[in-house]
Amino acid sequence: MTEINSVVEPVGSVVEPVETKKFNIDTVENAANTPDTDLPWAELGLKQNEFDEVVKVLGRRPTAAELAMYSVMWSEHCSYKSSKNHLRQFGDKVTEEMKKDMLVGIGENAGVTNLGDGWAVTFKIESHNSPSFVEPYQGAATGIGGIVRDIISMGARPVAVMDPLRFGAIDHPDTARVMHGAVAGIGGYGNSLGLPNIGGEMVFDSVYQGNPLVNALAVGVMRHEDIRLANASGKGNKVVLFGARTGGDGIGGASVLASESFDDTKPSKRPAVQVGDPFAEKVLIECCLELFKGSLVEGIQDLGAAGISCATSELASNGDGGMEVELTSVLLRDPTLTPGEILMSESQERMMAVVTPENIAAFESVMDKWAVEYSWLGEVTDTGRLIITWEGEVIVDVDPRTVAHDGPVYDRPFARPEWQDSVQADSFTGSVQDAGRPAAPAELAKAVTELVASPNMCSKSWITDQYDRYVGGNTSMAFPDDAGVVRVDEETSLGVALATDANGRYTYLDPYYGAQLALAEAYRNVATSGAVPMAVSDCLNFGSPEDPDVMWQLAEAIRGLSDACMELGIPVTGGNVSLYNQTGTTPIHPSPVVAVLGKLDDVARRTPSGWKEDGQAIYLLGTTANELDGSEWANMRGHLGGLPPKVDLGVERSLGEILINASRDGMIDSAHDLSEGGLAAALVESALRYGVGARIALQDVMDRDGVDLFTALFSETQGRAIVGVPRSEEVRFNDMCTARGFAHTRIGVVDSQSGELAINGVDTLSLDALREAHEGTLPKYFG
Amino acid sequence: MTELPLIGGAPAAAEMFDGGALAGARIGVVTFPGTLDDRDAMRAVRLAGGTAVPLWHADTELGDVDAVIIPGGFSYGDYLRAGAIARFAPLMGKIIDAANSDAKLPVLGICNGFQILTESHLLPGSMIKNDHLKFLCRDQVLRVENNTTDWTLDYAAGQEITIPLKNQDGQYIADEKTLDALEAEGRVVFRYMGFNPNGSRRDIAGISNAAGNVVGLMPHPEHATETGFGPESLDGVGGSDVDGLGFFTSVLTKIVGGNK
Repeated sequence: MTEINSVVEPVGSVVEPVETKKFNIDTVENAANTPDTDLPWAELGLKQNEFDEVVKVLGRRPTAAELAMYSVMWSEHCSYKSSKNHLRQFGDKVTEEMKKDMLVGIGENAGVTNLGDGWAVTFKIESHNSPSFVEPYQGAATGIGGIVRDIISMGARPVAVMDPLRFGAIDHPDTARVMHGAVAGIGGYGNSLGLPNIGGEMVFDSVYQGNPLVNALAVGVMRHEDIRLANASGKGNKVVLFGARTGGDGIGGASVLASESFDDTKPSKRPAVQVGDPFAEKVLIECCLELFKGSLVEGIQDLGAAGISCATSELASNGDGGMEVELTSVLLRDPTLTPGEILMSESQERMMAVVTPENIAAFESVMDKWAVEYSWLGEVTDTGRLIITWEGEVIVDVDPRTVAHDGPVYDRPFARPEWQDSVQADSFTGSVQDAGRPAAPAELAKAVTELVASPNMCSKSWITDQYDRYVGGNTSMAFPDDAGVVRVDEETSLGVALATDANGRYTYLDPYYGAQLALAEAYRNVATSGAVPMAVSDCLNFGSPEDPDVMWQLAEAIRGLSDACMELGIPVTGGNVSLYNQTGTTPIHPSPVVAVLGKLDDVARRTPSGWKEDGQAIYLLGTTANELDGSEWANMRGHLGGLPPKVDLGVERSLGEILINASRDGMIDSAHDLSEGGLAAALVESALRYGVGARIALQDVMDRDGVDLFTALFSETQGRAIVGVPRSEEVRFNDMCTARGFAHTRIGVVDSQSGELAINGVDTLSLDALREAHEGTLPKYFG
Repeated sequence: MTELPLIGGAPAAAEMFDGGALAGARIGVVTFPGTLDDRDAMRAVRLAGGTAVPLWHADTELGDVDAVIIPGGFSYGDYLRAGAIARFAPLMGKIIDAANSDAKLPVLGICNGFQILTESHLLPGSMIKNDHLKFLCRDQVLRVENNTTDWTLDYAAGQEITIPLKNQDGQYIADEKTLDALEAEGRVVFRYMGFNPNGSRRDIAGISNAAGNVVGLMPHPEHATETGFGPESLDGVGGSDVDGLGFFTSVLTKIVGGNK
């Protein structure tokens, strides 16, 4: 490989690189005159056909700076080149009804949904998987930072965060490293921003050992008139970069780009993981909200992946189409950065905005008030070109659309894996691992205890206690309830509920239905809290799209999820695709994490998961089938095969309506959805929530559904929930369920005196012993 | 434009106390860069019936306020040492003077505010990292050891209250002589009950100055002032989730009572 910017002086002869920019600047003119220069496109991740396309688009070889821009913006992460053709279904399978409340759809930083009363809500979930494996604390921390900036970019005040996590086996020595780092990072960053962490998930599975999943969700609220979009309009408007200075962190291709510079005294191995500064982000939040309040910005864009490359090309292509920027105006933490590095840097806590000349003084006074650094980089033009100069010399001259939107799109080959049939044929029931299935009362009691102490079903308070769930004073519900609930308007008590779910095992067994099951569970969780589900955001975590097996999983999951969204009548408003999640050639379980957002007219009406009142009736809603394949019980026994639980979205919708109406009309005081761990897990969790037990009898359920006691307790049949009904409401509640033709069975009563969970046919379980088992697991492994 | 998130008037709670007479009392709430719980403290003041006045760290005058709350958060990121930079804000000089003056301005420091008060030497001792080295958020039981300070008048002596605790650097330390003096002078205002969440010396959760007008504590009373948004104890049902309201009604009563 020939270095594109050859050394101008012998290495080591210059001792003060800070004062002089000692690199040959590869100008557009130079590029036109030196067409045969070898470029490190392969090292930057471009394929031959992609590089050829860049040359074709430009009509010449790209400059070093242009190559940097195209390589990051055409990466899988930024361009969605492998998933784009499939993701279209989220936009295509949308009814008029689903569009009704969508104020901003897919494609912006985050979608916006109408909440009524002039309020709007925006939420999005993203991945920060690879950085969180390399450097768990900073990887997870900057994951929170990035998603929060997406929310600010829409004009919203962020009001809460959530974090779905998936780590390797709980007893693997490396898991503690990732766990401690990621949890501390999420807490350290999120807590410092003043955003309550209201929920999430935690799954341990060896498939995530070399590739943990650290997803982050943020939600924000705004008045309709405050919605901001990422576009640069209005010729002559000024472009400003503000927030943290630009440093050398987060440059993926650093080792290659370093060859731009002659000076090998500069740090040669820059960290590929960005380093977060939550204080800077907190100040940036307040500063941006003040800008919005004064209507001081025309367009705004956060700097995340691909940094300035992304912000300039997206702002320009979404607006009037042109922009001129002088790159030496960028404030630097490290003055030795080359133009390409500056364009690729993923330094955190930065924003780019477009400001009219009249607002410059007001903009600057807001910056000064919050002591935020800023620099004016250039202005909006109507030329349709993004021109970037370096001391006046043109180093980038491109049509910004070709960078931001017209990247390569691939129809990756995909095919149902050969192994899929044999996996699906291997049911848990009757398998070797199913031998000795618990049946006697003592065995069943032991099984329940073992279940609630298992890594995936145990209490996650070791994690959530490291997060501030109170800050803001608007948290109405948080973990361990089914959904997080945050108040939006203090006068009307309007609020939103959020839940995230995914089941990698189900999705491995059947990606189409697995993705639907994730949606069904998140939908059910939101409805269980009493909220009306309104919108979906998804984070699709999969292996390599170049593996046809994985590509099939992705295609099936997207098809399943988009079909299910249409059937449930809630649109996908945004999300993220994370591919290449694998160790060597072994991909993770396909893990589409689905977040559902719902609306509560009055957060005081939200339904918590725990029992409180003595003597209240406990009802099981829905029917139970023998569905143990892919279950937590099968997982505990080391079995993964068969078919995941059946999806019936009509049942989910009916159940949701019952839970929402019952909450609104005051018919229930508690509700908890049944999912992983089945009825056994739900009963224990409802009891431990407030330390109040119950007496349970499942004979009616067993007789009606034709299942044994073990199946009634451990099956993971969907479309079910348990609810606590005050005696005074029982008739009304029964009538409602009957009128809707929904299966409902009284399975017991709340018992606040005994301190026990007494299930007929199961040895009585003391709440103290259950709590010890449930809460002891994470501290045992992680201290 | 409406302020986000809406900070409602919550008039119902104010009327509960005394028909609005307390609204004449003005409680300043200081915002530093990195302050997080300022909106929450202002809401708590309003819920108790008073008037909340936002104060900016860079202001050079305290203005017309009857008391000051320094709320929680991570001022200046806590990067040097919690509270160490905020202590030098122009407004802090005014607050220190007013607290030490004959008028004895009531000052409450919550969490990061407590750390700022110790850095300002309005209160003795200091906070170091929790003994378990992790951030901890939990519903914490406290015993009110002294109900004669400006901020605890509405509690009974020995009363146990539950309010949220959430911090990383919450371990209260001081030398033995200081601790003995605090105990002897009744200046240990709150003690952790049942569980010491951070290794604080002698289970101390909060202290006061000698005059009782300056109080600092690590847990967050402002997060236990509104039904449905306060602590829901995990091992009991029917407990109050507004145990923190007494801090704010105490100082308002004191101010309106003419003892300012």
